[in-house]
Amino acid sequence: MFYRESGDFKTSYTEDSQTFPIRVDRVGYYIVLIAAFAVVPFVINDYWVNAIFLPFLIYSIAAIGLNILVGYCGQVSLGTGGFMAVGAFACYKLMTGFPDVNIVFHIIISGGITAAVGVLFGLPSLRIKGFYLAVATLAAQFFLVWLFNRVPWFYNYSSSGQINAPTRTLFDVPITGSYTTPWAAYLFCLVFVVASAIIARNLTRGMAGRKWMAIRDMDIAAEIIGVNPLKAKLSAFAVSSFFIGISGALFFAVYLGAVEVGEAFGIQKSFLVLFMVIIGGLGSIFGSFAGAAFLVLLPVLLKNTLVGGLGWPTDLAAHLELVIVGGLIIVFLVAEPHGLAQFWRVAKEKLRLWPFPH
Amino acid sequence: MRQTLLTAATTAAIVAGPALADLTIVDLSYRTGPYGANGVPFSDGYQDYFTLLNERDGGIGGEPIDLRECETGYNTEEGVECYESTRGAGDGALVYQPLSTGITYQLIPKASADGIPMHTMGYGRTSAKNGDVFKWIFNYPANYWDGASHAITHIMEENGGDISDQKIALVYHNSAYGKEPIRTLENLAEKHGFELMLQPVDHPGQEQKSQWLQIRRERPDNVIMYGWGVMNQVAIQEAVNIRYPMDQIIGIWWSGSENDVKPAGAAADGYKALTFHNLGSDYPIYDDLQEYVVDRGEAAGSGDQLGTVLYNRGMYAAMLAAEAVKTAQEMHDVSNINAEQMRDGMENLEMTEEKMADLGLPNFGPEFSVSCENHGGAGFGAVSQWDADAGEFELITDYFQSDQEIISRLVKEDSMQYAEENGIEPRC
Repeated sequence: MFYRESGDFKTSYTEDSQTFPIRVDRVGYYIVLIAAFAVVPFVINDYWVNAIFLPFLIYSIAAIGLNILVGYCGQVSLGTGGFMAVGAFACYKLMTGFPDVNIVFHIIISGGITAAVGVLFGLPSLRIKGFYLAVATLAAQFFLVWLFNRVPWFYNYSSSGQINAPTRTLFDVPITGSYTTPWAAYLFCLVFVVASAIIARNLTRGMAGRKWMAIRDMDIAAEIIGVNPLKAKLSAFAVSSFFIGISGALFFAVYLGAVEVGEAFGIQKSFLVLFMVIIGGLGSIFGSFAGAAFLVLLPVLLKNTLVGGLGWPTDLAAHLELVIVGGLIIVFLVAEPHGLAQFWRVAKEKLRLWPFPH
Repeated sequence: MRQTLLTAATTAAIVAGPALADLTIVDLSYRTGPYGANGVPFSDGYQDYFTLLNERDGGIGGEPIDLRECETGYNTEEGVECYESTRGAGDGALVYQPLSTGITYQLIPKASADGIPMHTMGYGRTSAKNGDVFKWIFNYPANYWDGASHAITHIMEENGGDISDQKIALVYHNSAYGKEPIRTLENLAEKHGFELMLQPVDHPGQEQKSQWLQIRRERPDNVIMYGWGVMNQVAIQEAVNIRYPMDQIIGIWWSGSENDVKPAGAAADGYKALTFHNLGSDYPIYDDLQEYVVDRGEAAGSGDQLGTVLYNRGMYAAMLAAEAVKTAQEMHDVSNINAEQMRDGMENLEMTEEKMADLGLPNFGPEFSVSCENHGGAGFGAVSQWDADAGEFELITDYFQSDQEIISRLVKEDSMQYAEENGIEPRC
C-alpha cells in the first residue's frame, strides 16, 4: 500500500548498496531535501528559525558527531559540551582575529581545531574503556569549560567573559550578528547539516566505519583481524569532534550570537546530546536527526500547548514539561531500547508487508 | 472523566483567550530551577503591579495592559525562544525585563535590531548606561559598577575613611553577571589602596566549600558578594560555618532577599546587602494591592510574597515601566503607544518624590532622570541589614552616590569599544 516495490529491480552493486535502496524512501528523501531548500526558506519567520529550526539543525550535527563516537565506535563520551565550547571559542577567535576571511572557512577550521583537541582527549581511550573512559571525557568537559572561563585571551579580555559574534556576511548576506534574516541563518545551517550527514553516512559505511564498528563490537577480535585500534579510535575521536566543533561554532555564531561558556556549554549540554543519541538510536544517522528533533521540539510543543493553548501557569507547565519529557524517555527506552531509529525500521518492515503480513 | 477534562481544557482556553488589551507587557520570569526561589517574588511583584493598574484604573491612560508571562528558567536558549514567541504578541511587546544578565547580553543586539526597548534594572550590561551607544537599552536607576562602588564606600565609612591596609574578597557567580564588578573593584583598589581577592563560584553555586576555606585561611577584612539563586543561601551558610562576622559581608542587591538569609537562621543576623529602593510593606500602595489584587484572587503566583525585598523590586520595575508608558503617552499624545514611543518615554523618564508619593510609594526610590546620554540614572544606592529576630531587612544608610569619576570613565571605555566593534555611530 505505502511501499509498492514491484518492478524495483537492482541491476548493479552501486544500486544495491545505495543509502535509500527502496524507491519510495528515495523519492521521499528528495522531496524532503527540495522542501527544506526551496520551500521552507520562503515561509519561515524569526520564531520558527530561532526556536525550532536552528536548534534542531545544530543539535543534529552534534548528535551525528557524538553518534560516530558512541554509536559506531563504542567509545562513551561525556565531553560533548566541552568540545562544542572549543568549536565556539575557536570560531570567535578566528572571527575576531581574521575578519577578512569568510565565515564558512572559520567554521570549518573551528571543526578542525576541535578535531585536534578531540584526538588529544581521545588518547586515554587507548588504555581505558567503558565507564572509565566516560569519566576521562567528563574531565575533558570540566577542564575545557574551566579553561575558557579562566584564560582571558579566549574571550579577548572582555570584562564579562562573554563572547559576542560580530556581523559576518556570505555573498553580502549577513549570516551572523543582529541583522541576520531568518532564511539566511536557516539555509546556512542547513547546508552544513546536509553536508555533515552525507559525509558521516559515507564514512560509516566505508572502510573507516567498518573499522569503528569492529572496535565497538569487540576490540581484541578487531585487532586480530588487522584493525589498528590506535588509528581507528583516534580517527573516530577526530571525526566526531570535527562535527561537534562545527555544531558548537554554529551554535555560538549563528544561533545564539552571544555565549557564556559555563551556561551554554556546561555538563547539561553533554547529557542533552548523549540523550539525543540514545533516544534517536545508537549507530544510525537517521537516529541522530530523530533524537535531536525529539528533544528540541517536544519541550517547545509542550510549552506552546500548555501555556499558549490551555493558558496554564508557566511554572506548572515548566515542571510538567520536565515530568513528561522524562517519562517519555523512560517509556521509549523500555519499549524500544534501540531508539527511534529502530522504531522506524520496525515500522517500515511492517509497512512494506502491509496489508499482507503472512 | 474525559468529559470533565475536555470541559476544563475548553474553559481554560476561553478564559485565557486573547485579551483585547493593547499595551503588551512581557514578563520573562523564572519560577523553576536553581534561581526560581529568587525569580518568583520578582515576577509576582512585576505582575501584581500591572494587575493593580488594570483593576483599579483600567490600565494606563485608559488603555488596558495585556500581560504575558514566559518561563525562561534563567536559561539563555529558552530566553531566546521566549523573546521570539512574545515580541509580536498583541500589538507588539513594549518593553523587556529579562532579569538575567546572560539573557540580556543575548537580547541586546536582537532588541536593538528589532526596535524594542529593554530595561535591565540593576543588572545586565553596565556600559549600556551610555545611551549614546545603546539606544534601546536602559539600566536605571543603578548598575553593577555602582553597586561595587557603594560597597567600597560603605566599608570606608565603617573604617574611618582609610582602607589602605585592608583585604577585601569578592565572592562571585562565575558568569557575566559576577565578573562585571571586577574591573571597577580593581580600579577602586588602585585608588584606595586595598587588596582585592577574587573567589569565583561556578553555576549553580551549591558547592562553595573551597572558596570559604580560602576565606577562612586568608581572613579578608570584608567580603563583597555577587550571587544569585541558590548560591546566596549556600554562601551565607558557609560563612556562618566558618564563623565569618556577618556584618563584614556586603551582598549586591541580588544577594539580599529573605530567601537568602532565612536558611541560616539566627546566625545570619547582621548580614548586609545593597539596595536601590526601599523595603517593607509599609506603603499606601499595599492597601490597594490588598483590596484590588489579593482580595479579588488576582495575585500572581501563590500570592504569599507581598512585602518581600524582591517583590518590592519587581513592583518597582513595573512602576518604572508604567511611568515610562505615561511619559510616552503624554509626549506623543496617544494612549496606545508602540515600542518606539515607549523608548522615548523611557528616555525622558523623570522620577521625583511627588510622583512616587502620588503613586502610594513615598520615599520608595532615589530621584533620578534619564537622558539621551545617560540611560543609567544617577547611581544612588543604600545599605540594608538583616534583622533575624524581626525577620526583615532594614535600611541602615541613606541613599548615596557611587564613585562617578571612575564609573563614568569605565562606562565610556567599555561602551566605546562596543560601538567600535559593532560599527555604531554615537547619536546624541
